[in-house]
Amino acid sequence: MISTARVIGMGMVAIVALLVMVQARASDADSIVHQGNGKGAPPCLACHGANGEGQAASGNPRLAGLDAAYLRKQLEDFTNSSRTSPVMQSTASALTADERNALAVYYSKLPIPSSSTVPPTDQDAGGELATRGHWSQQIPGCVQCHGPAGTGVGANFPPLAGQPAIYIEAQLKAWQHGTRHNDPLQLMQHLSASLSEQDIHDVASWFAAQSAVAKGATP
Amino acid sequence: MNRRIAVAALIIAICGLNGCANKSPAAPMASVVPAASIAKTDAAPAFAPPSEKKIPDGPLGDVIRRGRDIFIDTPARAKAYVGNGLSCSNCHLDAGRLAKSAPLWGAYGMYPQYRKKTGEVNTFGERLQGCFLYSMNGKAPALDSAELVALETYAWWMSQGAPVGVKLAGAGYPKLADPALKIDYSRGQTVYEKNCALCHGSDGQGQQVAGRNVFPPLWGPQSFNWGAGMHQVGNAAGFIKANMPLSRGGTLNDRDAWDVAMFMDAHERPQDPRFTGNVADTRHKFHDTPDSLYGVSINGHLLGEPTAQKSAYR
Ligand code: HEC
Ligand code: HEC
Ligand code: HEC
Ligand code: HEC
Repeated sequence: MISTARVIGMGMVAIVALLVMVQARASDADSIVHQGNGKGAPPCLACHGANGEGQAASGNPRLAGLDAAYLRKQLEDFTNSSRTSPVMQSTASALTADERNALAVYYSKLPIPSSSTVPPTDQDAGGELATRGHWSQQIPGCVQCHGPAGTGVGANFPPLAGQPAIYIEAQLKAWQHGTRHNDPLQLMQHLSASLSEQDIHDVASWFAAQSAVAKGATP
Repeated sequence: MNRRIAVAALIIAICGLNGCANKSPAAPMASVVPAASIAKTDAAPAFAPPSEKKIPDGPLGDVIRRGRDIFIDTPARAKAYVGNGLSCSNCHLDAGRLAKSAPLWGAYGMYPQYRKKTGEVNTFGERLQGCFLYSMNGKAPALDSAELVALETYAWWMSQGAPVGVKLAGAGYPKLADPALKIDYSRGQTVYEKNCALCHGSDGQGQQVAGRNVFPPLWGPQSFNWGAGMHQVGNAAGFIKANMPLSRGGTLNDRDAWDVAMFMDAHERPQDPRFTGNVADTRHKFHDTPDSLYGVSINGHLLGEPTAQKSAYR
């Protein structure tokens, strides 16, 4: 018969071990972000910024404050080629599943950068597509899935507000060309197919100029 | 019939000559009646509502815009009359403009109308009162309230040029053919998990940001009540087939649409405001049709039973 005290003791050891593991993972993520993992994954901050805020000029997306499950899925999608990007496919493949998970959690916990620095352009056409859609082409307003002002909803609908315009444009085109086909129910592939070059430009610059912080405002 | 063909031919001729310019006296007709459809069959005429940019300036335009704003953000703009988080536009898409989602332009010219639900001839305003009572699980605004007047004005504006008393193509929700196979709850659940849970959640409660629906709940305390049109499986199947998953309308087959509609409507929701105090009696009076699951026992739960209602919300 194992004594109750021993069971509790074993439990304590397990809990401590778990805590140590979580700790290790967080610091792993921190060191990969700053130095890479030494096995082919470059330091993330080189492209995604010191605070995960992204780089508007090069079209590198913000990762700070995105949902952890969404980020993990994207990293997995780069490894199985349902999403293509030479740099990210090689980066994600050089990470272990544990490292990908730790990095996803790490970035999800970083604070959302407070405001966008991009001046608003093309308010009318882009704003109308974003908030009201083009229903004659079966396109609802983008905010109906991406949340009020594009600040994102849960694990499946990433934020668009404050993402670089170049990045948003590139993703819409990737869906058009089939180089990104990782979207549930093919929602983005289907609606991107009906967007014109002009629509893509207008809506991308509208979202790039929105504040990334949810205002709790009207959609 | 011959006469109709002649009219159609005339419209084609006018369009040919004028390019259907707005100044032509026949232009409003031409926008209502696509010559081709009427020449061939007795099909319902099509209609396209005016662009929102054409809402006039001035006091009339202000009321039209107010009606639109209430329609797309009902809990905020008609707060006193709404008992859940839904907006009219959740079920009448694109601010009530979209064909096959019971658009306002398809309804406006069809009232006054005798309705079996009330056993009376109802005006359009009375029809809107019903929406608040059932779909919004709220209270009916008075016929001369600012809210109802604004909604009515918006519907009137959207219907300009539409004929009165004529059923238009795309009005109402599509009626699906009767299900070929017995409607199946557990098949419906599978369809739901695959095509709906992404947005409406596995628990059917939708998803909210800052306390507001982005994805509306399909059942439970914040959804439409047992008296609403959407609780009837036929209405729900038609709406879902044409409009869900959002942006992918028309991709489910009829069987999937029937099964998932039944699955949705087999969940608990707020009481029918006409509740007599007894579920069987209420079913007998208001829901005596296979189209309604009110008062039916599903998985050991009697739908609509007040004592069971609260505990079943999940
Ligand atoms: C050399 C530049 C570069 C480096 C280094 C880099 N990334 Fe990226 N990352 C990109 C670019 C460019 C994209 C956009 C790819 C595309 O167009 O699909 C991207 C996209 C992503 C995305 C998808 C974001 C979204 O919103 O869908 C994630 C997640 C990501 N990177 C994580 C990381 C992590 C973690 C690291 C470090 C291990 C890292 N990246 C290192 C350039 C880089
Ligand atoms: C019917 C729902 C829906 C609508 C409407 C919608 N989206 Fe999306 N969108 C999604 C989903 C789901 C994803 C995530 C795909 C994935 O998991 O990779 C997504 C992802 C995106 C991304 C990639 C974000 C990133 O971080 O990589 C962009 C850009 C985007 N959508 C732009 C738009 C624009 C612009 C519109 C309006 C024209 C729009 N979306 C409308 C569902 C929708
Ligand atoms: C939960 C979904 C839902 C909501 C919310 C809703 N409705 Fe409806 N509405 C329906 C259904 C179902 C019908 C019945 C359609 C049919 O019988 O073809 C209907 C019918 C109507 C009709 C008559 C349509 C016709 O063709 O005769 C009007 C007008 C209408 N609704 C207006 C409104 C207004 C205004 C609101 C907001 C105050 C509203 N509805 C909210 C589901 C909804
Ligand atoms: C991509 C997200 C998405 C998916 C997937 C989806 N819906 Fe919806 N659904 C919505 C949104 C958003 C609305 C409100 C529409 C609006 O306001 O324009 C809605 C409205 C509804 C409504 C009317 C409003 C209410 O609360 O009753 C019903 C019923 C409904 N959906 C059922 C379904 C069913 C059944 C499925 C699966 C076959 C489904 N939906 C899949 C996003 C979605």
